[in-house]
Amino acid sequence: MIRALLLLLALALPAAAEEVVADLSQDRVSISTSFDGSEILVFGAIKRQAPIPLQPPLAVIVTIEGPDEPVVVRRKDRVAGIWVNVEGIEVERAPAFYAVASTRPLSEALSETEDLRWSISTRQKLRAVGAASEAANAPAFLDALIRVRQAEGIYARAEGTVQLRDDTLFSTKIALPSALTEGNYETRIFLTRGGEVIDSYATSIYVSKVGLERFIYTLAHDQALIYGVLSLFIAIVAGWLASAFFRYLLP
Amino acid sequence: MQIYLPIAEVSVNAFLLLGLGGMVGILSGMFGVGGGFLMTPLLFMIGIPPAVAVATEANIIVASSFSGVLAHFRRKGVDLRMGVVLLIGGLAGAGLGVQVFALLRELGQVDLLVRLCYVLFLGIIGALMFVESLNAIRKSRTKGPAQRTVRRQRGWIHALPFKMKFRTSGLYISVIPPLAVGFFVGILAAIMGVGGGFIMVPAMIYLLGMPTKVVVGTSLFQIIFVTGFATLLHATTNYTVDMVLAVLLLIGGVVGAQVGTRIGTRLKAEQLRILLAIMVLAVCGKLALDLLIEPAELYSIGTGAGH
Repeated sequence: MIRALLLLLALALPAAAEEVVADLSQDRVSISTSFDGSEILVFGAIKRQAPIPLQPPLAVIVTIEGPDEPVVVRRKDRVAGIWVNVEGIEVERAPAFYAVASTRPLSEALSETEDLRWSISTRQKLRAVGAASEAANAPAFLDALIRVRQAEGIYARAEGTVQLRDDTLFSTKIALPSALTEGNYETRIFLTRGGEVIDSYATSIYVSKVGLERFIYTLAHDQALIYGVLSLFIAIVAGWLASAFFRYLLP
Repeated sequence: MQIYLPIAEVSVNAFLLLGLGGMVGILSGMFGVGGGFLMTPLLFMIGIPPAVAVATEANIIVASSFSGVLAHFRRKGVDLRMGVVLLIGGLAGAGLGVQVFALLRELGQVDLLVRLCYVLFLGIIGALMFVESLNAIRKSRTKGPAQRTVRRQRGWIHALPFKMKFRTSGLYISVIPPLAVGFFVGILAAIMGVGGGFIMVPAMIYLLGMPTKVVVGTSLFQIIFVTGFATLLHATTNYTVDMVLAVLLLIGGVVGAQVGTRIGTRLKAEQLRILLAIMVLAVCGKLALDLLIEPAELYSIGTGAGH
């Protein structure tokens, strides 16, 4: 009886033995006029009842994901001597921002099946259902999308940037770029052993425009005509002021 | 000083925008061009999304043109009657141009066509103006500055009906050529996302035979209305006019336009034309190179649902 119970406990252990407890330095990002990017500190600990298991190796993966949007990826080729967009694919869903940070290279920290199940790597975040029919080499387009956005700092893959101390405490900093769009930024933390996800934690960061930024954005979308007329009015007044000022200054 | 733009959703340096606006404003006041053909590529380069750049720029051109036109009004450099005739043609052309633009977008190659349009028109106009103004300068050097050649062709243009007196320009011609010029420039302006000054100015000088002194003011006058119309269209249909970006650029722009107008009056007409020609050719060369040289990244990303 006791032996059976122990066996049961041993089987159940890997699932519940280690848990992630985490928090963020801020759960709101306010975009004001002087906004120039932000840095989020993600920190936490691994809670366990038993001694630290030595094998398989432990890894922590942190992801931050911006709101989804559709994008079009186009490829140029030389036609009659000039470089022209020859083909393109539509990616129905691509996050406006995506960062993955991990304690060790993602290929070691995560098995492919777990990546598929939890969609952790950037590639898994892109949804291009109709793409296969539009272009023969859709994967090349998706790779290009990741490459271009990584160069722009919109997608980031920071392997080895999560610090893990005594297999218990972890922390990492993720930079949010200045070109940030509004929305809920989902933050996930995964705990893996031998490539298998054993626990995860999710929370979100709310990014919104505030003050003048908020006011202008709302006006432009809700009262488009008034906004347009106001823009023209500002232009005319500025033009007139400059003219009058210079006339006064240099008659 | 970094500043976050609410519509463009990027953070840029405020002083960079002020300087950029000022530079384009000077050119605008000097040559009577809106400066759109320079500003668009520059805004792309500092990372403003194309749709926002084109729409906001229309708004800025309104400001710099208005500032410039006031200076020209005082020097009686605006032919109002001609301006109105050009404008009627221009608005009709812009209306058609927007339709053409939508059609091209559906076909997918709108970006290429806009670039080809730029290269073609900038190239032709730049080359023609360059050769003509170079000849004019050479002639004035050899024959002395006192000689004034009244060069007014009496061709088929003068045989057309519906003649009208344009007193400020000193012309008595049919309204058909100015209407046609306005219409044609309106189409191009809508497709290329510019005020059309760089096409309008040479067309007024060489096709309509207007004196250079009136051309700049009159061109600015009609640009105000065409770009104002475009601003409203962009603001209500695409929500792409960025007020913060516009204000920063136009502070530089309106001051620049005033400075430019004053520089313009000190220069001779031929010198003014040759400078504009060189600038137009330089932009044309840059755009042509972009099309001919293999880009470092073959893939590009566009937002929205495409097609």
